Amino acid sequence: MSRTTSRTTEGAPASWEVFLRPRRGLAHQHVGSVRAGDPDTALSYARDLYTRRGEPLSLWVVRSDAVHAASPDEHDPFFAHARHKPYRYPEQFAPLTGDSDAEGSDDDA
Amino acid sequence: MSAALAGAAPAAVTEEERAARFEELLGEGGTVEPRDWMPDGYRRMLLRQIAQHAHSEIIGMQPEGAWLTRAPSLHRKSVLIAKVQDEAGHGLYLYSAAETLGVDRAELLDALHQGKQRYAATFNHPALTWADTGAIAWLTDGAAVINQAPLCRTSYGPYARAMLRVCQEEAFHVRQGYDMMRALCEGTPEQRQMAQDAVDRWWLPAVALMFGPPDTVAGGADERTAALGAAVSRRAMAWGIKHHTNDELRQRFVDQCVPQAERLGLTLPDPNIRWNEERGHYDFGPIDWEVYRGALGDDSACARQRLAHRTAAHEDGAWVREAAAAHAAREHARTAGDARTPETAPDAAHTTEPAT
Repeated sequence: MSRTTSRTTEGAPASWEVFLRPRRGLAHQHVGSVRAGDPDTALSYARDLYTRRGEPLSLWVVRSDAVHAASPDEHDPFFAHARHKPYRYPEQFAPLTGDSDAEGSDDDA
Repeated sequence: MSAALAGAAPAAVTEEERAARFEELLGEGGTVEPRDWMPDGYRRMLLRQIAQHAHSEIIGMQPEGAWLTRAPSLHRKSVLIAKVQDEAGHGLYLYSAAETLGVDRAELLDALHQGKQRYAATFNHPALTWADTGAIAWLTDGAAVINQAPLCRTSYGPYARAMLRVCQEEAFHVRQGYDMMRALCEGTPEQRQMAQDAVDRWWLPAVALMFGPPDTVAGGADERTAALGAAVSRRAMAWGIKHHTNDELRQRFVDQCVPQAERLGLTLPDPNIRWNEERGHYDFGPIDWEVYRGALGDDSACARQRLAHRTAAHEDGAWVREAAAAHAAREHARTAGDARTPETAPDAAHTTEPAT
């Protein structure tokens, strides 16, 4: 989603990311993008493009340049907090069902 | 606790390390995503392929679109409208995927209109009768499905996801085309003849042009083309952009179509088609690529017509784009400072909920 769209030219077609809830009970999923000058037009385009089949759905459009992103390639230490923490997983601990064959006994360090 | 890590400066990563990481990712069958580092050649090859694919989708609307007003029944007309509308949608999915590589779709359309980027030459053939719309959907869309099904696993994420949506819809295209051919074949002798004529026109374009140039073996004058094609295909396969050679997919297409044509009672216009027990495939006639390229240059009458039609549609639509921009600018001025706060979505999101 790295875009270079400028926010300064309101009215000029901008890129909008489209999120679709495919079914009730599911979260919105990113499905692609459309170009439009304003949110209502972006919503109509998103409807025409991504909902030609199936039940009525919920749509979100968000200006692409409103998305702020980070990914491990660029910000390695930024995501390092999840690494080397095996103790965050349940299988690291003694099982609740009797047999003592400890799945969690091996030291992952 | 993680202060030391969070505060650490990002380790300097050299170009070689990035390249090695990229190759490792591909080696594991991983998916490349827009913000990942990628070699320039990979980006260029993807852009070229996605753009050509997108252009083919929207140019491909023309031969069938020409028959919308002359469909023989309301049902067939509704189906054809849905089909042509899907093709427009496929183009847009693909332009959206291409934009994740850092281009603007307006640039891609300009390149198409100026003849700087290409589209599948298949669509430079005219659709002369109603039966052509059936033959196009059965044969060229059938070829497209065979090309595109493996692309659902292509190494570039946005392209693969676009292909998933495309393939789900192409299945409908092929089925309705085959159904249309079946109806004609069960009709009057004139209708059967019309179906046969359409197949005679669209078979070779589908076999030859939908799969690209030869890239394994070709005799004589085509040796050089095949060698070039093989080099490009090897590179594309090493990068996981494609998974099969053009010739492999071409064979798969022939194997699929021969029994279908037999069921319809139509003859595929290739006297060399016969089952080869040893290979476990149908043999088919060699394609004379030199002749084909000569007959189908970018300056053929139909090619010029396709591009002129596309450019005119774009130019005739300029006032709509201008009006939309003026409307958007006015709306923006009117609501400036008037923050929209939808209840179901974060601030920046604009949403529609059908039940409200």
